[in-house]
Amino acid sequence: MKPILQAIDVRKQYANHTALDGVSLEVPEGSIFGLLGPNGAGKTSLIRIITQITGPDGGEIRFRGERLNPAHIGQIGYLPEERGLYKKMKVGEQLMYLAQLKGLSKAEAHQKIKYWLDRFDIKTWASKNVEDLSKGMQQKVQFVATVVHDPALLILDEPFSGFDPINANLLKDEILALREQGTTIIFSTHRMESVEELCDHIALINRSQKVLDGQVRDVRNAYRTQTYEVEGRGQLMVVHPDFEVIEQKKRENDHFYARIRILHDLTPNDLLRYLIGAGGVEVHAFRERIPSINEIFIRRVRETQPDYVPETDSVTA
Amino acid sequence: MSKIWLIAQREYLTRVRKKSFIIMSLIGPLLTVALFAVPLLIAKMSDSGKVVAIADAAGLFAEKLPESKDDISFTRVSADLATAKQEFQKAKYDALLYVPKMDIGNPNGFQVFSRKGLSLSLESDIRRAANKAIENRRLQQAGIDRSVLDNLKADVDLQTVSLSEEGEKSSSTGISTGVAYFFGFLIYIFIFLYGVQIMRGVMEEKTNRIVEVVISSVKPFQLMMGKVLGIAGVGFTQLALWVLLSMGISSVASTFVSPDKAMASQTASVSATTADVGASAIARKDTPADEAAKKENFTAKAFQALDNADLNMPLLLGCFLFYFLGGYLFYGALFGAIGSAVDSETDTQQFMMPVTMPLVLTFVVSQAILTTNPNGSVAFWMSMIPFTSPIAMMMRLPFGGVPAWQIAMSMALLIAGFMGTIWLAGRIYRVGILMYGKKVTYGELSKWLFYKG
Repeated sequence: MKPILQAIDVRKQYANHTALDGVSLEVPEGSIFGLLGPNGAGKTSLIRIITQITGPDGGEIRFRGERLNPAHIGQIGYLPEERGLYKKMKVGEQLMYLAQLKGLSKAEAHQKIKYWLDRFDIKTWASKNVEDLSKGMQQKVQFVATVVHDPALLILDEPFSGFDPINANLLKDEILALREQGTTIIFSTHRMESVEELCDHIALINRSQKVLDGQVRDVRNAYRTQTYEVEGRGQLMVVHPDFEVIEQKKRENDHFYARIRILHDLTPNDLLRYLIGAGGVEVHAFRERIPSINEIFIRRVRETQPDYVPETDSVTA
Repeated sequence: MSKIWLIAQREYLTRVRKKSFIIMSLIGPLLTVALFAVPLLIAKMSDSGKVVAIADAAGLFAEKLPESKDDISFTRVSADLATAKQEFQKAKYDALLYVPKMDIGNPNGFQVFSRKGLSLSLESDIRRAANKAIENRRLQQAGIDRSVLDNLKADVDLQTVSLSEEGEKSSSTGISTGVAYFFGFLIYIFIFLYGVQIMRGVMEEKTNRIVEVVISSVKPFQLMMGKVLGIAGVGFTQLALWVLLSMGISSVASTFVSPDKAMASQTASVSATTADVGASAIARKDTPADEAAKKENFTAKAFQALDNADLNMPLLLGCFLFYFLGGYLFYGALFGAIGSAVDSETDTQQFMMPVTMPLVLTFVVSQAILTTNPNGSVAFWMSMIPFTSPIAMMMRLPFGGVPAWQIAMSMALLIAGFMGTIWLAGRIYRVGILMYGKKVTYGELSKWLFYKG
């Protein structure tokens, strides 16, 4: 896949801290790309450079091979983390204004607005003031404002933070629908689990540097640890030198749960055979424990920062 | 450019459509009319039909009582003070003047009794009547006839002429002062009212959090300029509406109320406001104190004077529009920068002070220096420095004698000035609008100036 967006050694320096320290990445066309990292890692700085709100101090951004320039503004849709609408403006007029700012003609904008209002079944709101709408309604309008000009690249900064669960689901569905139509989507969030299932590509950013990137599948495979989760009944006793029990929990009625790692060149089948035979237990469930992006991130960061403690809300939720 | 235009359009339309704008546009002229009408009406009402009783022990008014006017009349009561007081109480006169027996060369012991205290104008009327009677008596004693004296009295009208290289120009200091104040005041008010609107607008976008959505489509500078220009449009519209509406109202009013002389003069003074700015500014100064009759004369005179004064109206109006817009742009950009740097209205105070000080200062200083010595060095410098020049130059111009090179230099400096403030504001603005929840200091603001793109 050809990249729709390339960042090449992008640097950004603020008065007393470095926001981006030589970040390079490629966003494949048509993908859902997760830009992940804790708060303050530099995600928003990078996005503001991509949306041309600020410029980089060094390096460059290429959009479909061209150096980023104001002509690209109309092809990018951006839902910032800090977002809002003009409260005293009518929904229809507001969308018209924002669409025209993106470079749409009045006629085009009119048609697009009609399409989206129909799609969300909110046509009747067009003549209402934004302040008269509920929070959830405003969120829908906000989303329409982001996509009204049919952007080829849609950037969503912490998209789910302001949305209620119903609208968050709606948002997910719309994002998937847009991807079907060929839109590339960049998700930026510090809550990695929330987008893991949606993304096909990710880049992890920490302390203004890219920590790792690639296809989600590849990344997770690369971080597989040959660990398996086993549930079953009986007295689990593992004395094999190639199998290491990382965790073991007793449950009622003689049931158990365990995480077992295969140490040498053995296969999961060998482990299973051992459990059934020498282990003397009845196996109810057996699956590979694939690390979550969050775990990978923490592991990756601890390699350079042994004392790293993840923010609480990035592990929960 | 087209984006600036789009933004200006939105700023303009949302403001012009607001109820408060429409109400202000309608009420503005009414307020102006009221400003002139109310003091006049009050003065008229309180002083109408006052009757002053005179207890004339000295026989000062033996030949005739002072002439009655439309709002004051005199009547004679017993010369004995005690009886006069009784009569005064019974007949409910407004005031009682007691003229004691006295030496005409050294008149003393006049007393005025009143029921509730005297109004200033009634007191001065009574004093004038007494003075005149004494003068007459003295004239008689000296053997001079009153009419002879009146013929002797001179009443010279000074026609002031300003001598400049282009030749002689007749001018009128009074008219010039009025015109100067009027223009200066309009610019002052306009900068304040609409500068603060820019600041509020920027803050609204910031607190609504829409600003980041918008500046992913346009440059922060475009957003700021669009706002500044759109709001300028609102200001011009409001001004135009006021001029048109007050002209309309006053012409309607004058046809309806013409039977009443006093009212007619009053509407004349109002139409003077709008039709011709100078006259009104002068009229305003004298309105409350003077009587209607005198005012009528005065307004006519003012009109005549304006005609005679030969103010260079095309130059004045041209310069007015220039300084009106230039001053607004100069300060408007600064107000925009303030709005971008703060999170709430209360935080604006510390930054407002240095911006508004020069404005207020010019207006205050103008009274002391600019109008009394319009071509002095203080006036010169104030009309050059862009911080003060929009008001200072407009206050100098009506007096004439400002060389063309000074006007040109002042304008050039103002243009350079507002380009400078717009640049400065743009630098602060682009950083400020993305800063949330942070108390900003001057030190920080100055750092923002040197941030790269």
